[in-house]
Amino acid sequence: MAVTRETAATVKEIEQYKYGFVTDIESDKAPKGLSEDIIRFISAKKNEPEWMLEGRLKAYRYWLELGDQEPDWAKLHYPKIDYQDAYYYAAPKKAALASLDEVDPKLLETYKKLGIPLLEQQMLAGVAVDAVFDSVSVATTYKKKLEEMGVIFMPISEAVHKHPELVKKYLGSVVPYSDNFFATLNAAVFTDGSFVYIPKGLRCPMELSTYFRINEKNTGQFERTLIIADEGSYVSYLEGCTAPQRDENQLHAAVVELIALDDAEIKYSTVQNWYPGDAQGRGGIYNFVTKRAACRGRNSKVMWTQVETGSAITWKYPSCILQGDNSSGEFYSVAITNNHQQADTGTKMIHLGKNTKSKIISKGISAGHADNTYRGLVRIGAKADNARNYTQCDSLLIGSTCGAHTVPYIETKNPTARTEHEATTSKISEDQLFYCRQRGMTQEEAVSLIVNGFCKEVLQTLPMEFAVEAQKLVGISLEGSVG
Amino acid sequence: MALLEIKNLHVSVGDREILKGITLTLNGGEVHAIMGPNGTGKSTLSNVIAGREGYTVTQGEVLLDGKDVFAMAADERARAGIFLAFQYPVEIPGVSTSSFLKTAINAKRRAEGHKEIDAMEFLKLVKAKTKELGMADDMIKRPLNVGFSGGEKKRAEVLQMTLLEPRVAILDETDSGLDIDALKVVSDGVNALRSKDRAFLVITHYQRLLDYIVPDHVHVLVNGRIAVSGGKELALELEAEGYAKYQGAAA
Repeated sequence: MAVTRETAATVKEIEQYKYGFVTDIESDKAPKGLSEDIIRFISAKKNEPEWMLEGRLKAYRYWLELGDQEPDWAKLHYPKIDYQDAYYYAAPKKAALASLDEVDPKLLETYKKLGIPLLEQQMLAGVAVDAVFDSVSVATTYKKKLEEMGVIFMPISEAVHKHPELVKKYLGSVVPYSDNFFATLNAAVFTDGSFVYIPKGLRCPMELSTYFRINEKNTGQFERTLIIADEGSYVSYLEGCTAPQRDENQLHAAVVELIALDDAEIKYSTVQNWYPGDAQGRGGIYNFVTKRAACRGRNSKVMWTQVETGSAITWKYPSCILQGDNSSGEFYSVAITNNHQQADTGTKMIHLGKNTKSKIISKGISAGHADNTYRGLVRIGAKADNARNYTQCDSLLIGSTCGAHTVPYIETKNPTARTEHEATTSKISEDQLFYCRQRGMTQEEAVSLIVNGFCKEVLQTLPMEFAVEAQKLVGISLEGSVG
Repeated sequence: MALLEIKNLHVSVGDREILKGITLTLNGGEVHAIMGPNGTGKSTLSNVIAGREGYTVTQGEVLLDGKDVFAMAADERARAGIFLAFQYPVEIPGVSTSSFLKTAINAKRRAEGHKEIDAMEFLKLVKAKTKELGMADDMIKRPLNVGFSGGEKKRAEVLQMTLLEPRVAILDETDSGLDIDALKVVSDGVNALRSKDRAFLVITHYQRLLDYIVPDHVHVLVNGRIAVSGGKELALELEAEGYAKYQGAAA
């Protein structure tokens, strides 16, 4: 409860976009632009083994071959990105410290504003935090406890050195370097991210959590996350993002890979609240993310939950490859776009094994001049006997200048498959608003309440400490949306 | 001082004048019934007092405790103590009745400078009140008004009224769609709230409700004007004779 209250109190401070602050820490930066030299610089900075550098260069050369072939099928409009005009590496000067005492107090101050209770570990109440500041992990808490249980939870740059066999085996095994333009870029230049391995049979007793934060001007963020749940294990992972207010557009292209072996289960929850740009649509984060899970084992299960309230551009399709027989994938999404935000988000459920099941619940909320698209693929392979899918896409419109779009793709190659797709589009009604206000709620409270109700099915899948924050964010994101 | 004063109220929707000069004074402890045929402005009156948009007040004023109601937004009026029990309560999918109630209670408490209600205190309070109103325990867990029967919706309105303790409660055709048992329960709930600090404006088409919620004053609204006012016996007379003679008089 303490954490919940702490979170609630912190979130209360946010209002509008109070995350718009910048911490002044000198950073150790590579020069602008992208070249083999920069990639060698990144790799050298991280003291990487040769095989890692080779992997990066291979990706980079492939990316060059792609030219400027960015994917253009999404319903998104943004000016051309100049990849030579961004920095690809920035690290806080003092990195990888042993204790919190050694951490730059300014950095801790930033975390405090963000509501990451690093200072008081007992406040974490079972949440281990791997806090990423810019590109390098600074402090990892609860590490010891987790280590004793055999859980590996560390920056991926550290895992490269300490667990090369696991990284070699799994990195790029779900999202290969050639997967798509942004994943290729990420494979070439990723700076850091989290690595998680849950040993056989262990039910990880705490929620693992990482906060990402972009805090260097013009620094593209290229996070790389790899989570492996070994046979019969369970883990719940939380990812939350906030970024300081900026005028320039900031590029972000993360890759997240999840691997669930026999009888394993991974729950991955995201609250994304990056700077969405101002009311006129200036600034804001460009968020091109590739998230994919491989349900490799029998009876394995992956559940994605995302609450997307930030970013100017969101391009994101957390997916599940259901390889193992009886495996299942679930995708729960709330995407809120306001002002001039654009989101094209959804999922892919690829059924390969027998008796595989998938469930998609998507809630899109659009206000202002925003555009919100659900794009989802359900593919049932020839061998996926008795595969089942249920998809529900609901869109809520606030005002008359925004857009909601639903683009489902269903491909079935097996006659025993059963897929269901339901979609609705509605508007917040004047009657609902008046009813709430007649009970004493302000316009903003009323909108927040109604929209939270609309999203409830998704929000209730979030872990407690995230659910409270997410509920508040839903309201904050829509402030001023009803005139 | 009167609790609620309606003075020479004229209201239009578009070019059409619906209320043509209503004057009415509600003192603490009083129950006023407004009766009249369909389409005479009964619901307009309640909506205008509560602050629904789409109505234009062309003349007159409404004072709550001497304060100008029209200077307040709908939610301010509610927090100041005006409560409207809706004829057709709206559904709010995904919002449990209990969290709706809590949000409403806390909005009022904050306005009054009080702390938000404690979770345990809230639960105890709601449980006691739902029991009094003969509501099922699990009802507060259900999304507000979603799939509620007509009777359940009206009970939920009275539950809200009970919890929000308004100064002036307006009941808009609360009897519509109720069977006799539900009518009794709802009326008992309302009667339990009668006090010298509170006034009721009961809008109804039929006299039936007034057998249970006995009014101090009855007003007959015809064509946007109060055609006649009287005591509770006026309602019985209307039941027997209908509105015809007043419709003629008002025209």
